[in-house]
Amino acid sequence: MTVLDVRRDEQALTFTLVAEFDAPPARVWQVWEDPRQLERWWGPPTWPATFDRHEFRPGGRSAYYMTGPDGTKAHGYFEFTLVEAPQRLEFNDGFADAAGEPVTTMEPTHGTVTFEARGDRTRMTVLSQFTSLDQLQEMAKMGMEEGLRLAVGQIDEVLGARS
Amino acid sequence: MVVGDSADRVFHALADGTRRDILARVIHDGQSVSALARLYPMSFAAVQKHVAVLEQAGLVTKERRGREQVVHGEVGALRRAAGLLADLEQVWRHRVRGIEDVLRRET
Repeated sequence: MTVLDVRRDEQALTFTLVAEFDAPPARVWQVWEDPRQLERWWGPPTWPATFDRHEFRPGGRSAYYMTGPDGTKAHGYFEFTLVEAPQRLEFNDGFADAAGEPVTTMEPTHGTVTFEARGDRTRMTVLSQFTSLDQLQEMAKMGMEEGLRLAVGQIDEVLGARS
Repeated sequence: MVVGDSADRVFHALADGTRRDILARVIHDGQSVSALARLYPMSFAAVQKHVAVLEQAGLVTKERRGREQVVHGEVGALRRAAGLLADLEQVWRHRVRGIEDVLRRET
């Protein structure tokens, strides 16, 4: 069991997860830093992520998409606000259009990830701060197969209604 | 898994009979603090304090309407937040498993 603790604060709209990995911080840091490693775990199993851009430095941006079983794509972006290898990482995490440009109608989520050495293991803490229930709902959907199917379906509906 | 601070606040808020009664009364329709105060054998300030505990637990919200403070139940929003955070927990549990796989294959 590597997930040590999960805290869900319904009022503050924060989510905190603490996990421990059997590798030193410098190694765990790489699963975020290296886009080829990142894309192996960011998306749900049937919606693997592909990172087209990954500027892992303060002010840098990442653009990615997740591809569903039928080929549909859901796009997202990161914007790094703090990168302190191999200890701390802060970024905004939001939705993007097909060109990888941030969708401006919804605020991004702010994520803070810290890495602490515990002997030769690493304790990683992820904190996500949401600003509204709607935003939380969209982010939860974006991480789940079922949710992604729904999210993409809704976009299709909107596009279909327009044409 | 550890129960968070917010759950503590909710349990604390609901541990009192007067507060449970206030919550039951405002779930469907808002009520002013002064109307609530008339229902209980205690001071206006004491009722106000109970409302504040419920508010800190996120179970009610207060809205100013003229000179009145109207109290509304927020149970729906809280339940929705709880459900969504539970979904998000599953997302991250999957991701942690994914990271473990990546680490295992390359070390």
